[in-house]
Amino acid sequence: MQTSDLIAELASEDSRTSRRGAAMHLLGPLVAGGAVSFVAMWMWLGIRPDLVHAIGTPSYWIKFAYTLVLAALCFWLVERLGRPGAQTARARRMLAIPLAVIIVLAIAQLATAPATIRMHLTMGASANVCPWRIVALSLPILIAAELGLRRLAPTRLIGAGAAAGLLAGAAGAWIYAFHCDESAAPFVALWYTLGIAAVGALGGASGKWLLRW
Amino acid sequence: MPAAEMHLKTLMLAALAGDKAAYHGLLGAIGEQLRRYFRRRLPQSDANVEDLVQETLIAIHSKRGTYDTALPFTPWLYAIARYKLLDHLRRSRLRRTVSLDDAGDLFGGDENEAMTARLDLEKLLAALPPSSQEIIRKVKLDGLSTAEMAAKTGKSEIAIRVGLHRGLKALSEQVQEGRDRADQ
Repeated sequence: MQTSDLIAELASEDSRTSRRGAAMHLLGPLVAGGAVSFVAMWMWLGIRPDLVHAIGTPSYWIKFAYTLVLAALCFWLVERLGRPGAQTARARRMLAIPLAVIIVLAIAQLATAPATIRMHLTMGASANVCPWRIVALSLPILIAAELGLRRLAPTRLIGAGAAAGLLAGAAGAWIYAFHCDESAAPFVALWYTLGIAAVGALGGASGKWLLRW
Repeated sequence: MPAAEMHLKTLMLAALAGDKAAYHGLLGAIGEQLRRYFRRRLPQSDANVEDLVQETLIAIHSKRGTYDTALPFTPWLYAIARYKLLDHLRRSRLRRTVSLDDAGDLFGGDENEAMTARLDLEKLLAALPPSSQEIIRKVKLDGLSTAEMAAKTGKSEIAIRVGLHRGLKALSEQVQEGRDRADQ
């Protein structure tokens, strides 16, 4: 086929696009993946029985806000990475903010606590399962995020995959927090972050293959 | 702002608002730029240059929704061109290394069963871009029409037809390479 014929055919199609298209390509699959993950958390682990009591404590909201803010910032970064040529430096720098806040809170808690309970604040009762459960609950969201991202046009596949992984990890951790009854900031800063980072690595590794278009 | 950027961006904004003449002009101008861009980077293989120009034009058409109208147009255009160029280089490397030494067997052996043939075909398909792979599978192996395929993938029918045409061409080139290799 001649290039001029191709151009004529392409130009004969409707070239209009909807303005909010790109973000919706991501948001639709993410909501579906998040719903799957939430139901999985409910059936498999169950919502923490003391939720009603916990929502009255600041430590619950620290966990809630850390994961949700991180997820929102990652969403913004993924959306940028799905658009060829768009700048991502600002979105990447912003990711450091929730991370810095949780680390400062963790250090403050450790510094003011008696030496005898520092170990407990860090390890809690579920350090050995927490990151794995976050990874497991994030998988449906990771698949959804990468499917959505493919409908955009990522040109840096590993970076875009890693960002999608961090987004899925943060959203999965947010969902896991409905089950997890750990409340110490050092625990969240270490084990939640580790689980989220692991999903980021998975996303980067799979992105090279899954995100090709 | 350079004049070229201003010109292309004006055309793009008009095209996204539904101006078909502007869109035709835009794709023509982009085609020229892409041809220069790829020719500078792939000097020895002219046939690939035109293939890449077409593939990138289709990508620009199907991904036009990812252009953020608040940003300059040229970086968006060249990010896509660069992605298609790298994808092309990666695929041609794959074609050489995983190579199709087995492609000769596809026609050499007379006792090939359907299963083996299908496996060989899968091997050949693996060196094509994923979109072409899917089109050839669905249209040529599963018997879907290009219109059904377009509805299924959300792509335009022209993209499907061009993808099919290009995929089949690449397949036959690979088989030819495999034969040449087997003949040597």
